[in-house]
Order: sequence, then C-alpha cells, then structure tokens
Amino acid sequence: MQLSKQTEDALCIVSVQEERIDAAVALAFKDAMRAQTDGCKDIVVLDLSEVQFIDSSGLGAIVSAMKNLGVERKMALAGLNPTVERVFHLTRMDTVFSVFTTVDGALAELQH
Amino acid sequence: MAQIPPFEVSIRCSEFAVREGLRQIIGALGPLELDKEEAGTVELVLAEALNNIVEHAHSAQHPNGCIEILCWHKVDGLHLQISDRGKEMSSHTPALGKRAPLDVSLDALPEGGFGWFLIHDLAKDILYQRVNSENRLSMRLAVGLDFPCDC
Repeated sequence: MQLSKQTEDALCIVSVQEERIDAAVALAFKDAMRAQTDGCKDIVVLDLSEVQFIDSSGLGAIVSAMKNLGVERKMALAGLNPTVERVFHLTRMDTVFSVFTTVDGALAELQH
Repeated sequence: MAQIPPFEVSIRCSEFAVREGLRQIIGALGPLELDKEEAGTVELVLAEALNNIVEHAHSAQHPNGCIEILCWHKVDGLHLQISDRGKEMSSHTPALGKRAPLDVSLDALPEGGFGWFLIHDLAKDILYQRVNSENRLSMRLAVGLDFPCDC
C-alpha cells in the first residue's frame, strides 16, 4: 500500500498512490495510515484522487483510520471521483467526514 | 445496444482472486457500453457479494473452495447468479443490511456492516437458496437497459 505524505503547518496531506482500497488491501491501508499519520498534528487530509474504486472494506478502513486519530485530530477527504463518492453517499458516511472536491479546496478551507 | 451471450467466471476464494474476477466480468460486459455509474454499480455489488463469501462462507475447512459467477443480460438488466460450496448462510436469507446509526461518538462509528446494505440498496430480486451443498445467491441489476425504466 503506497501512501505519500506532505506537511503544511498543522495539516498533513496523505495521498493514496493506489487505484483501489478494497478488501484485498484494507488491512495494509490501515497499517500504512497508522504509520503515516503518527506525527500529524491537527488535521489529516486524505487525498483519494488516484483511487478509482473502494468497497465496504475500504470504507471501513478509512473510518478506522479516522477513529485512530482520536477526538483531538480531524480527518478530511479530498479528490473523490464519482464512483468513490457514491459509496460514501449511499452509506451516508459523507455526513461523518468533511469532503472536499480537491486537495487545494480542502487546504483553502482548512488552513484558516 | 449490443447483446452479449451468457457467460461464467470462476474464481478462487481470496480477496485478490475477487479483484481478478471483477476485472474479467467488467471486461466481458464491454459490449453493453455501461456508463461509469452502471459499471460502478456492477463492480461494487459483486465485490460486496464475493468478498462476503470469501470472508464468511469459506473458513479453513474449505481451503480450495471456489466461487462461480454466472452473468446474463436481459431487457430488464444484468442477472447474476453466484454459487459457492462454503458454509450455509446462517439465517437462510441474506442479511437485511440495515444502515447503522451515524450520530454516535467517534469510537462507536461502524467500520463494517455496509456490504449487505449496499447490495440491498443497489440490486433487485435478491434471492438466496441452499441447493444440496451449494449456496446460490441470485440478483438483478437494472443496468444496460435499452429504455431506462424503474423496473
């Protein structure tokens, strides 16, 4: 599971460098997220712009990664393609996360 | 819209085999020229149904178990029949897949249980049967319709 991280002030941007977050890689995703977000401060922006498909296991892994941040830190999602966004919408998980169309949009909103 | 003959795809019982099976099925549906949302529906529903079998129906005593997916397209959409020889579904009926409450504390947010909910939300005519020692799950997806309708 390839993730990359950039830090901008109190924001961490974690970009998923994979086309799928599905049952085959859900555990690897959780482990990789735990490692990448270890030193992150207030907000983690999860950049999903490379991701073409997620299933319910992938969704669960993203929820798990958010829970792992605890109540002190927040997670926002950015760059969801329509197929990925639909999974969040159908399960109403889009009401739990802050969802932004692009990473730049997330940064503009969250850095204030 | 082009017609496609019925086809069958067999996979091993692993999550990576599910990925490969989905790739084959989506490829075989090419002539139907499904739009992105329709193709996404097929891939998501099949992923949920197949991963559920890999996770639940096939425990250690069925290490070589496999899943067969039969697909055929008719005027009312894409029909799927998924067969496996794993454990019987405990309640004899597909789980209802209720949406979990989300107005809860962070710790209590659900990390699973979305699979059957998504299947029920997106598929129609869902039927589970235990035939001899085989699980048979059939359903219809209202995709690839000549005249989009609410059927």
